[in-house]
Amino acid sequence: MSTAVTTEQIEQVVTESLATFGADPAQITPDATFEALDIDSLDLAELSQIVHEHFGVELKGSDVAEVKTVDDAIQLIASRL
Amino acid sequence: MEPIVVTGVGAVTPLGVGARTLHERWCAGECGIADGEGACTDFDATDFLSAKEARRADRFTQLAIAACAEALADAGWQHPGSGEAEADGHPYPAERIGCVLGTGIGGIATLVDGQDTLRERGSQYVSPLSVPLMMSNAGAGALSMRHDLRGPSFAVSSACASGAHAIGSALRMLQSGEADAVVAGGSEAGLTPLARAAFSALDALSPSGVSRPFDARRDGFVMGEGAAVLVLERADGAGARGARVLGRIRGYGASSDAHHITAPREDGQGQAAAMRAALADAGVDAEQIDYVNAHGTSTPLNDRAETHAIKLALGEHAQQIPVSSTKSAIGHLLGAAGAVEAVATLLALRDRIAPPTLGLSQPDEGLDLDYVPGAARPLARNGNNPADGGERPVLALSNSFGFGGHNAVLCLEAA
Repeated sequence: MSTAVTTEQIEQVVTESLATFGADPAQITPDATFEALDIDSLDLAELSQIVHEHFGVELKGSDVAEVKTVDDAIQLIASRL
Repeated sequence: MEPIVVTGVGAVTPLGVGARTLHERWCAGECGIADGEGACTDFDATDFLSAKEARRADRFTQLAIAACAEALADAGWQHPGSGEAEADGHPYPAERIGCVLGTGIGGIATLVDGQDTLRERGSQYVSPLSVPLMMSNAGAGALSMRHDLRGPSFAVSSACASGAHAIGSALRMLQSGEADAVVAGGSEAGLTPLARAAFSALDALSPSGVSRPFDARRDGFVMGEGAAVLVLERADGAGARGARVLGRIRGYGASSDAHHITAPREDGQGQAAAMRAALADAGVDAEQIDYVNAHGTSTPLNDRAETHAIKLALGEHAQQIPVSSTKSAIGHLLGAAGAVEAVATLLALRDRIAPPTLGLSQPDEGLDLDYVPGAARPLARNGNNPADGGERPVLALSNSFGFGGHNAVLCLEAA
């Protein structure tokens, strides 16, 4: 599974998820912070479920607590593939 | 004791969005029930909530948010239709404003979704939003956060008496000095296949899908959804800020049947005790009551027991005043019913109207009160005491009774 996954695919899933959670799509960039996007711990818990479903990656609460930006999340997911 | 006044009301019901919409359409004889249910088809959550807010609120909370926005605007606490969560604009310190919201069930649609996800996809996919959306206090929490209400806030749950108990609890909170204002009401959004099946299994739901309280053909209640919120303040505080006063919560009485898990006491003694307690709390005699807003569910058991109860509590005066059921126009809003009916009662009293019991054309044997069948009419005043010359306060009782034997009655006075 991991061999077929690209960073772009991860970015797409993360971006779409954040938009679903209510973040303004125009503001969702790699550098955007979750704080600025009004994305909180409940959103990140949902994101973890979606990431698991798409990529088979398990993200623990302690992992997610460390991510501050969209790119942090993408890189964390990529590192676990 | 300082009177407790109502300065704002809001409602979302099967008759539409808005407390006045409910009042005007019910009094015009319109019925919001379609296909055997009272759904709030005119309600669009996105009119009141952002996408993020909407997905973080079960429908019962969404309905409460809309009703609360209207009530606060009506009370002059914020600009009408702003729809924004705002911390300013309160006439009292945030710590002195409470919030009590009744619900019979809470977020049942969220619960069902979570169960479906668990069965179909597995436990790892159950949403982290499940608990914060389905908990019965989610509505009270949402109103507190949205409007920065930092006094006591909690849910009240007593099945179909929840909304009335919530208003009664708010009344006590104000009378005890625990708060200067309380946002109080009820909300319910139970129109799900599970609730339909469950109430049907009890033979409580109307197979015909017609709500006709007190009629010989009544065969159960019609389930509805909706919410209502009232802004309650101490009269001195409302006066100091020059607020328009809609009316007063004159009294509150509650009792328990201690009899059966679903059936009321057939003799109506428990319900009558709550009505008497409300009268005593209000300091008024039965003869001063101008109107009774009945619980009037359209179930065979309730309407008979309640008729007994009204006669027990009001004596011969029961035969001289109009008694009608809001549920004939919108169905049974369960945990929201008591709050919605308090709003409907207050607005009817203000306009001196006795609202109708729709669908009632064949009175059942022994159910011989004046149920205002079919059409509203002017509220006859002073029929029992013409010497008052119209100065006497216009008073009503609003009855709410819940499964579990919970009885809650409000005594309301129009300004």
